[in-house]
Amino acid sequence: MSNSVAQNVRTFETHPEATVPAESPLAWSYHHSGRPSASAKSRVVLRERAMLGHLILRGGAIVLDEAVRQVLGFGLPGRPNGLTRDASGERSIQWLSPDEWLVIVPGGEEFALEGKLRKALGEAHYAIVDASGGQTLIELEGEMARELLMKSTPYDVHPDAFPVGKGVTTVFAKATVILRRPDEQRWELVLRRSFADYLYRWILDAGAEYAIGVEA
Amino acid sequence: MTRNAQQSNRLAQGGRIDRARTLSFTFNGKRYSGHAGDTLASALLANGVDIVNRSFKYSRPRGIVAAGAEEPNALVQLGSTEAAQVPNVRATQQALFDGLTAQSTNGWPNVQRDVMSLVGKLGGRFMPPGFYYKTFMAPASMWMTYEKYIRKGAGLGRSPMERDPDSYDHLHQHCDLLVVGAGPAGLSAALTAARSGARVILCDEQEEMGGSLLDSRELLDHQPAAQWAERVVAELAALDNVTLLPRTTANGYHDHHFVTLHERRTEHLGETAPLVDGYRPARSRMHRVRAGQVLLATGAHERPLVYGNNDVPGNLLAGAVSTYIRRYGVVPGNKLVLSTSNDHAYRAALDWNDAGREVVAIVDARKSPDGELVEQARALGIRVIAGSAVLEAKGSNRVNGARVATIDAEAFKVTGQAETLECDTIASSGGYSPVIHLASHTGARPTWNDEILGFVPGLVKGVHAAGSARGLHDLAEGLADGITMASRALDSLGRSAKAIELPQVDARREGAACALYHVPHEKPTLRGPKQFVDLQNDVTAAAIEVATREGFESIEHVKRYTAMGFGTDQGKLGNINGMAIAARCLGKSIPEVGTTVFRPNYTPVTFGAIAGRHCRELFDPERYTALHQWHVEHGAEFEDVGQWKRPWYFPKRVNGKLETLDEAVARECLAVRQGVGVLDASTLGKIDIQGPDAREFLGRVYTNKWAKLAPGRVRYGLMCKDDGMLMDDGTTSCLGENHFLMTTTTGGAAGVMEWLELWHQTEWPELQVYFTSVTDHWATITVTGPEARKLLAEITDIDLDKEQFTFMDWREGKVAEVPARVFRISFTGELAYEINVQANYAMHVWQTLFAHGEKYDLTPYGTETMHVLRAEKGLIIAGQDTDGSVTPEDLGMQWAVGYDKPFAWIGKRALSRPDTRRVDRKQLVGLKPRDPKVVLEEGAQIVLDPDHAIPMPMVGHVTSSYYSAILGHGIALAVVKGGHNRMGETVYLPMVDGQVHEAEIVSNVFYDPKGERQHV
Amino acid sequence: MFHIHCPYCEELREEEEFHPKGQAHIARPADPEACSDEAWGDYLFFRDNPRGIHHELWVHAIGCRKFFNITRNTVTYEILETYKMGEQPAITAESLASTEKLAGVQVAGGGQQTVGASDSAVKDSRGAKV
Repeated sequence: MSNSVAQNVRTFETHPEATVPAESPLAWSYHHSGRPSASAKSRVVLRERAMLGHLILRGGAIVLDEAVRQVLGFGLPGRPNGLTRDASGERSIQWLSPDEWLVIVPGGEEFALEGKLRKALGEAHYAIVDASGGQTLIELEGEMARELLMKSTPYDVHPDAFPVGKGVTTVFAKATVILRRPDEQRWELVLRRSFADYLYRWILDAGAEYAIGVEA
Repeated sequence: MTRNAQQSNRLAQGGRIDRARTLSFTFNGKRYSGHAGDTLASALLANGVDIVNRSFKYSRPRGIVAAGAEEPNALVQLGSTEAAQVPNVRATQQALFDGLTAQSTNGWPNVQRDVMSLVGKLGGRFMPPGFYYKTFMAPASMWMTYEKYIRKGAGLGRSPMERDPDSYDHLHQHCDLLVVGAGPAGLSAALTAARSGARVILCDEQEEMGGSLLDSRELLDHQPAAQWAERVVAELAALDNVTLLPRTTANGYHDHHFVTLHERRTEHLGETAPLVDGYRPARSRMHRVRAGQVLLATGAHERPLVYGNNDVPGNLLAGAVSTYIRRYGVVPGNKLVLSTSNDHAYRAALDWNDAGREVVAIVDARKSPDGELVEQARALGIRVIAGSAVLEAKGSNRVNGARVATIDAEAFKVTGQAETLECDTIASSGGYSPVIHLASHTGARPTWNDEILGFVPGLVKGVHAAGSARGLHDLAEGLADGITMASRALDSLGRSAKAIELPQVDARREGAACALYHVPHEKPTLRGPKQFVDLQNDVTAAAIEVATREGFESIEHVKRYTAMGFGTDQGKLGNINGMAIAARCLGKSIPEVGTTVFRPNYTPVTFGAIAGRHCRELFDPERYTALHQWHVEHGAEFEDVGQWKRPWYFPKRVNGKLETLDEAVARECLAVRQGVGVLDASTLGKIDIQGPDAREFLGRVYTNKWAKLAPGRVRYGLMCKDDGMLMDDGTTSCLGENHFLMTTTTGGAAGVMEWLELWHQTEWPELQVYFTSVTDHWATITVTGPEARKLLAEITDIDLDKEQFTFMDWREGKVAEVPARVFRISFTGELAYEINVQANYAMHVWQTLFAHGEKYDLTPYGTETMHVLRAEKGLIIAGQDTDGSVTPEDLGMQWAVGYDKPFAWIGKRALSRPDTRRVDRKQLVGLKPRDPKVVLEEGAQIVLDPDHAIPMPMVGHVTSSYYSAILGHGIALAVVKGGHNRMGETVYLPMVDGQVHEAEIVSNVFYDPKGERQHV
Repeated sequence: MFHIHCPYCEELREEEEFHPKGQAHIARPADPEACSDEAWGDYLFFRDNPRGIHHELWVHAIGCRKFFNITRNTVTYEILETYKMGEQPAITAESLASTEKLAGVQVAGGGQQTVGASDSAVKDSRGAKV
């Protein structure tokens, strides 16, 4: 697939055809702060899911929902702060604002997906923006994951207030994260690239008392 | 063990301490022992330590007065090492641990004999309020010197000078109901709410939950009250929906039921947190609680009576006496006189008697006390002296007698002959003041209640008070009130309370209390012995009287003049008494005088707990680009630009010596001007703009024209606020007819993004356009210098032919195999390419550039060189050369202003205001110092006549200044009044050291004035 | 620390997520060039500072990034309502005063005043920024 102009918007495939080394936003952090290994004592485990495809969708919910269903086979979350996923759990759509959604797909799928969505959306007013290089996703899992979040974010992470299938943009330490709960076991955090090291160091510090481990 | 023998005031049995565990501690250099379960205060009393401090102003010896947060005297400095120092800890709130080391806060050089008593003598027999100001103010220049010694002498505790080995943190909590205080009302309330399924947090400042139940004489369900408390706490602890926080003080009540709780997690275990599994847990923790409803069960503080020498060690609160006996098994003396205005305090005498020591007399201010407890005391043969009060304590380092006489409280007169009773302890009680501090933090005014002789809290929506905190001091009433108030709170939350069974309490007939605050003396207040109202701040009844005589009528003014209720004390013991005295002096009632309001924090909070994890390396976010590791490994010095860490310069080692900033920058500058340099420009803000109205929107927010910018082209734009002043600048590229990529300054990125949304969402929602930040998605690498084309050509498939890819074009292709957008824009004045690649590939592209760049001596440069190069070209930096008062015209950038654009773009209207049309506005010019070696100071003021008398009229200032290696002299940008018409004139810059620099006003473009180099 | 109901996220969020943006319902004059200097100066620089009911513009900056309005009592800090851009406040000082009048409550002197988004001011404001 190649770059094109659809709707007078210039799309851009960011990935090289050749094999070229790529670094996740946490590359420096692993190098500099290390990766404490997870053990039986670890009551929180951190796992990065690097190099995923992240797209920002902007537009009206009804129009986008139709296109997304057609292309991805599942729809936009119906409510504010909602999170939907496909059957495999590999693809998700999160409500960010009344006209904005975050779509996360396996790395490398995003450019083709953008093309298909643009085709499906035709003349509608919308925007699709690739944000894959600007953010990374990490998972937190373990019995103390929730308490670690309580140390870090003013958002209420009690299961009554934060059920599975919810996602919010909120304050985390002194930065911003997207925080989501895809299932009972895991919390997902979408970190902005430039803040990733600060957040990684924060999480290791806050998680030290739970013997936090980092899994590759 | 002989150690136990030392504890002369320790009872053989009773109390909630563990006699099997003996702990040793040091106070003022002397070793003592106590038991597990003691506070430092109870252990000191057990050891018969009378003097724990010297008073703040008069340097009088002071002993322990209370048993809780209201203790005014026993402030200690903790810590056996420098790093472990903690100031201003109340001994009554510090659990004893083995090895505890404490010192008196006040009383340099020692508490027993004190040089500060000299200061007291300077002021004569009576030291009036405002004494320090009145005495030490002249000469004014000496105040700093006086203050240093006065502070040292007075002692306010000191901070550690070494790094704290402990860590601290925050926990964000949310609940339906926060219950503050785990006494009878708090426990019954928490249980009611917990059983309803609500999310409940119950906090209590003491070591153990239970509050007054822990030392109560009452039986609940025919068992000691403490047993009921233990059962309830155990039930609450087992519930998932309840969070129990002992050792946790609710210190601040903020907006919308946001309450800060300070949990002391390891302070009872040692001076630093003991390791758990090799990890040192947080020593204290701030819980930031957002509650749906809040129930204040904070209880009441007993009011001491104000009488002569009521500060001599051995004067205690009646309730504290009971607490020490019943909870800690400590009797703080041998012979007790109790002075009271109410029945409740009789418990102290009964407890004292139970402990087997002598109650000399109970002195009751009421004419004919007849409650059940009074009868009990009489039945035990205790002498009850009615209609009387203790006028004055005798003794200096310890009470040795009490002068007692009949009084007429209302007439404020002593009516009988005084009798001196021999005793070593005087307990007093003037009634009970609900603890209304937290309720006051909300801004709600407390109201006076004549029935309970105290202020009850004013309550905003969602706040409830229960039990003693609202004046219901009776145990049965308090327990029931907890349920009532919790039910009310649950109701507001839309939940229904489940009934809980109340324990059975024996009803007790109590006689009414009488109003007594300030006990009269035979002598007038100003001449009699000192009668202390606020022990911590050394405020006497006489001081308040003087303040009212000197014209202070408002209680807020009296407070400030006398310092009553200041500091860590927050008026816990003294406020009501002080107000009552002010009211009497002013001939008003207490409600007429009103109360001062209390502020957070209720008790002192350590800075550690406030800072939490936000300290040291985690104090503030540090933002890194995708190339950060390379910069670190290549020795970059970093500059903070907002939260970003940007390479400032890359010092090289030359002949074994690291280059200075100036040396490195001169080398980097010449490399760009003569060869090729590379800059990590990833921090620039980048905003993707899509939509059919994108172009129209740009035309409205930028001052210049965007209607004709074609895909493939780039334009520089100025962004103003509607006042016409420049706010940001940057280039915007047309990617497609409806698609643009805007860049902003590094520091302005978030602000510009919000600005665009503001106008779109609030003024022009009809425009079809979306903005998305892509700052972090793209890494930006600037390759610039005469050799830039040759270098880039080696690793790109883009046609770099100067006719095909001209200045202000952008192209897409591959750079180092990676898809890239390349922009031919220049911030250096040289041939330049800005390469944007997806950030995950940035390191590969950067390293490939260097792999090919060696033969061109590719030089990495930082922000300092970037600044010099752009200044040589007269290019501004928004925020450095502008400050929110500079228009595009002031900058001489009329070429970037679309005067004839049809829409009234942001900032246009302002340009025709009289002020923006003034000819003497400060305008951007270049300055060339006459002396080529001089580099002007940024911020230096500019004058036209250096011989003018001071103050000289200042006509402008230097905004940017550097040494230009390529030009061989200093250059500066400046704003000068009417500067555009002053070309060639000489201006002067007088410096702090007396030097006056001379400079010529020149064009702001110093280098390559025709701009040929960027077009090559 | 306010607790603010975001009308777009439809839930209460902590103040840390928001930025205050000043008085609400300030519409940019439709034709700035036709404004007198005085009228333009008023638009640019002059804001109300009432004791009591105030309508404020806020943005859910660390959240959905939407602008919205808050009706807030500047004395008690109570937030009486939040509403989306383009909507009118349900509560104004005037509406409160008339409710109190109906209930026979006397409005305390100087207690509840309003400027900016009083019923008449709201009616006068133009554009979408209401």
